[in-house]
Amino acid sequence: MEFTEEQLKRYSRHIILPEVGGKGQKKISEAKVLIVGAGGLGCPVGYYLAAAGVGTIALVDNDRVELSNLQRQIAHSVKTIDVHKADSAKQTFEALNPDVNVIAIKERLNSKNILDLFKDYDIIVDGTDNFPTRYLINDACVMLKKPLVSGAILRFEGQVTTILPGDGPCYRCLFEEPPPAGLVPSCQEAGVLGVLPGVIGALQATEVLKLIIGKGKPLKGNLLIYDALGVNFRKVKIPKNDDCPICGKNPSIKELTDLSEEYCSI
Amino acid sequence: MEDIKIDKKLDIRGQVCPYTLVKSKLGVESIEVGQIIEILLDYPEAADSIPKAMLNYGHSVLKVEKINPKEWVVQVRKEVED
Repeated sequence: MEFTEEQLKRYSRHIILPEVGGKGQKKISEAKVLIVGAGGLGCPVGYYLAAAGVGTIALVDNDRVELSNLQRQIAHSVKTIDVHKADSAKQTFEALNPDVNVIAIKERLNSKNILDLFKDYDIIVDGTDNFPTRYLINDACVMLKKPLVSGAILRFEGQVTTILPGDGPCYRCLFEEPPPAGLVPSCQEAGVLGVLPGVIGALQATEVLKLIIGKGKPLKGNLLIYDALGVNFRKVKIPKNDDCPICGKNPSIKELTDLSEEYCSI
Repeated sequence: MEDIKIDKKLDIRGQVCPYTLVKSKLGVESIEVGQIIEILLDYPEAADSIPKAMLNYGHSVLKVEKINPKEWVVQVRKEVED
């Protein structure tokens, strides 16, 4: 790839890194990443991936920007209140880096559309706020053998893991089924420190870039837990479960299903 | 002195840091391990920083020579894959 003079300047701090170089930057520019959710996590993930020059970034979100989002969802602004989050974030990312093609998908993921939406992307990022979608994304990524970088946040605590289907555990190896509806409170009910998704989203974006350039150790087989109040990072090993209902030896889940709507109120 | 076979010449006169390094790094990426690149530069700091950076990347610096009051030549042999 021949870089323009502008690109040499924009990506100079990447190109001089031995682990990235011109070759790694070319891989970044050819990468296609799909982010589910243009909210607390999706905003910083997309922001950094756009800055890094990821060639194609898709954002899947059917919600519109509200004032209460702006405490943490950094791609949106008072000017984009009531605008679709996917469109609002697209404007922000393209203003940051015109090299990047941002695709706004204003749909809600479900068992019918997910495989089709995911199939053309290299890496999937989970920035959702509910369990039904989180499990649906995991199952779709296992079926399509797509790398998945998953993040979650609540109050002052966040977690990140990288799932490489066929090479390590998946989300269901860790928690086979979603918790009962209502057991785990949502950010809406329990609150979240606004900067927390920035920390977790930046970790997710780091994982994505490492996967693209093929350097370093991915966070597979581990759940990284960040406790902001105690300032602790803990890495907890996740064993692969041979009896996992989706990625085990005899998977019981053979096709995708939508979990009941009551979860969606979480 | 034995003549060194130069596989690629790179003229980065007029460039300043960090683009001297960016262009030199890309130049080294474009040759094979064992090949030699000759870099012509006129940014004084780069005469010092480019050889250091190339050693840090794991390559050999064969020559750093001031060829006139404003220009330097740096010869680098690529030793490791990118």
